[in-house]
Amino acid sequence: MAQLPADTVPATRAGHDEVLFYPIERTSRRFYITAAVLLSFTFLFLVAYITQLRDGLGVTGLTVPVYWGIYITNFVFFIGISHAGTLISAILRIVHAEWRRSITRAAEVITVMVLLFGAGSVIVDLGRPDRALNIFLHPNFRSPLLWDVCSITVYFLSSIFYLYLPLIPDVALLRDRGKKWNWFYRTLALGWQGTERQKHRLEKAISVMAILVIPIAVSVHTVVSWVFAMTVQPMWHSTIFGPYFVVGAIFSGIAALIIALAIVRKVYGLEAYLKEIQFDNLGRLLLVMALLWFYFTFAEHLTTYYGQEPDEMRILLSKVYGPYWPVFWGMVACCFVFPVPILAIKRLRTVAGTVVASAFIVVGMWLERFIIVVPSLSQPRLMPTQVVYYPTWVELFVTLGFFSTFILFYVLFTKLFPIVSVWEVQEGREKSLDEVRERVRTYLPD
Amino acid sequence: MARWGMVIDLDKCTACQACVVACQTENNVPFMGPKESAMGRSIYWMKVVALPEGEFPRGKVRFVPMPCLHCDNPPCVKVCPVDATNITPDGIVRQIFARCIGCRYCTTACPYTRRYFNWYGPDWPEPMSESHNPDVSVRPKGVVEKCTLCHHRLQKARAKALAEQRPLAPGEYVPACVESCPARAMIFGDLDDPNSEVAQLARSPRAFRLLEELGTRPKVIYLAEGERNGATSG
Repeated sequence: MAQLPADTVPATRAGHDEVLFYPIERTSRRFYITAAVLLSFTFLFLVAYITQLRDGLGVTGLTVPVYWGIYITNFVFFIGISHAGTLISAILRIVHAEWRRSITRAAEVITVMVLLFGAGSVIVDLGRPDRALNIFLHPNFRSPLLWDVCSITVYFLSSIFYLYLPLIPDVALLRDRGKKWNWFYRTLALGWQGTERQKHRLEKAISVMAILVIPIAVSVHTVVSWVFAMTVQPMWHSTIFGPYFVVGAIFSGIAALIIALAIVRKVYGLEAYLKEIQFDNLGRLLLVMALLWFYFTFAEHLTTYYGQEPDEMRILLSKVYGPYWPVFWGMVACCFVFPVPILAIKRLRTVAGTVVASAFIVVGMWLERFIIVVPSLSQPRLMPTQVVYYPTWVELFVTLGFFSTFILFYVLFTKLFPIVSVWEVQEGREKSLDEVRERVRTYLPD
Repeated sequence: MARWGMVIDLDKCTACQACVVACQTENNVPFMGPKESAMGRSIYWMKVVALPEGEFPRGKVRFVPMPCLHCDNPPCVKVCPVDATNITPDGIVRQIFARCIGCRYCTTACPYTRRYFNWYGPDWPEPMSESHNPDVSVRPKGVVEKCTLCHHRLQKARAKALAEQRPLAPGEYVPACVESCPARAMIFGDLDDPNSEVAQLARSPRAFRLLEELGTRPKVIYLAEGERNGATSG
């Protein structure tokens, strides 16, 4: 502590991190405009979904044999994005990566919010959403879809808990400032006083959750892949689908996190907290995931091609130069060809560079989910068919509405709680320099 | 307990589609308008599928009548999250229309694509709605439906036999498609009764099952045309 510049320590308490509270305590016109734009897309979703409820799923582009389309694509995609948060934040916490302090919260919020839309995509896809509770009344535990219901529920609850625990000291800070909704923050703060005993317990609870959440997150996306892999359909029935989906999930999740961080940084002026170094580090992680993703994709497709099994070949060809070629090659370009050079060249791995790469990856990973779901269905065995699936306006509006409502929820969170964890940043300033110095000392020979 | 199954002799089948029509009327199978049919959304519990074989100019098309194959190890039953489709003790893969949530997992898991979805609510033109079979419920919108081997006929026959205090006689329960076949290409009965015609035909050297390599063990068994060609079974 003594080595720190004299003005830093008192300033943390007094108002050094004041900028982190601005979004909560001040609301500009820009917020209302953003919210209105996002809400208008939510309205489009409602129009589309009500049309679908009234008329039936016939208003979608689905048909025989393409029974699943972009709703299921969205489901896999959103659940994948959810791995941004909890998993990244948990891993960074466990390995004591000090640069995590300002990004964990933003990551954890993505998980909780996006899971709602992942689960929502399945509900939207149901022919009879009114009977959705039959899942609990007549469960068939042999169905991978039921495994999904179980694992996503556990994941959702533990992610909320994992988001909430590190939020408590910040909620107490907001309560003590007493500016708005005091009852709300007082309730959520659970009587937090910041005593040593409370801090000790909180840290213990956070580290237990960080460890627990990792196997849960991995299981969730594995089970999502099993919805496809457990059937005997060509190019779905693959043993590498579990890890392939998990890798894709972390890949798209980091990309979504980078975009969210960049927007929050720009809009709320948090350049001092979300620095170049955070984007650089996340960019390196993203690069590793891009290479891993390519490895899995290459292995999967080469195995199919080399085997020349006719049923699988029909689907592979429909992806590579059949009707779905723009989607397939778009995926390869967006997930690998464009982002990898940006992320690999140090000069390009800036905030802007990583955001551009992430935008490509988010689009590319959505295309990847589509190319996994749809072509396998459009070329079934024993049924020569020319059917090519195109989504209708209903499906597009539902998708747009889901994306915008997710962003709206995210924005609303930033208006209620600090998007950068205030106490963790303060703790970092006060303690971690000494801690890291001590840690490095233990690595060195005496 | 019987194990109901069917043998379809492709040598005798003329692809006249009488079975298709009989099935549609017997089971109140909804029909789609021209627009929906063009999209490929027509529902056929029994369908005569044209399987192309070989390349032009040597190519030919074989016509295979395909109801639900009522697998002994059905991939669709395993995946249903709400147990809305299951297999009865006598081997019929049934569908509980009132429980189905319409997730369409079974339709994607069936390797034979023998399951259909109600994209819209039932909409019958005036005279058609008068001629519904009262024994079969009309399916609401948003649920999956499929061939039930005319399960209602079994229930009726069984109730009658029970009332007369006698066992079910062979031939008392026959699905509509089998009954309607003018060429007698379809034979129905108890596969577990070694003396039944269906069981004897199922042991014929011409007998094969569709996609048997998937281990689904279908109970609809085909008899190959004269010169059996390897491609027929795949």
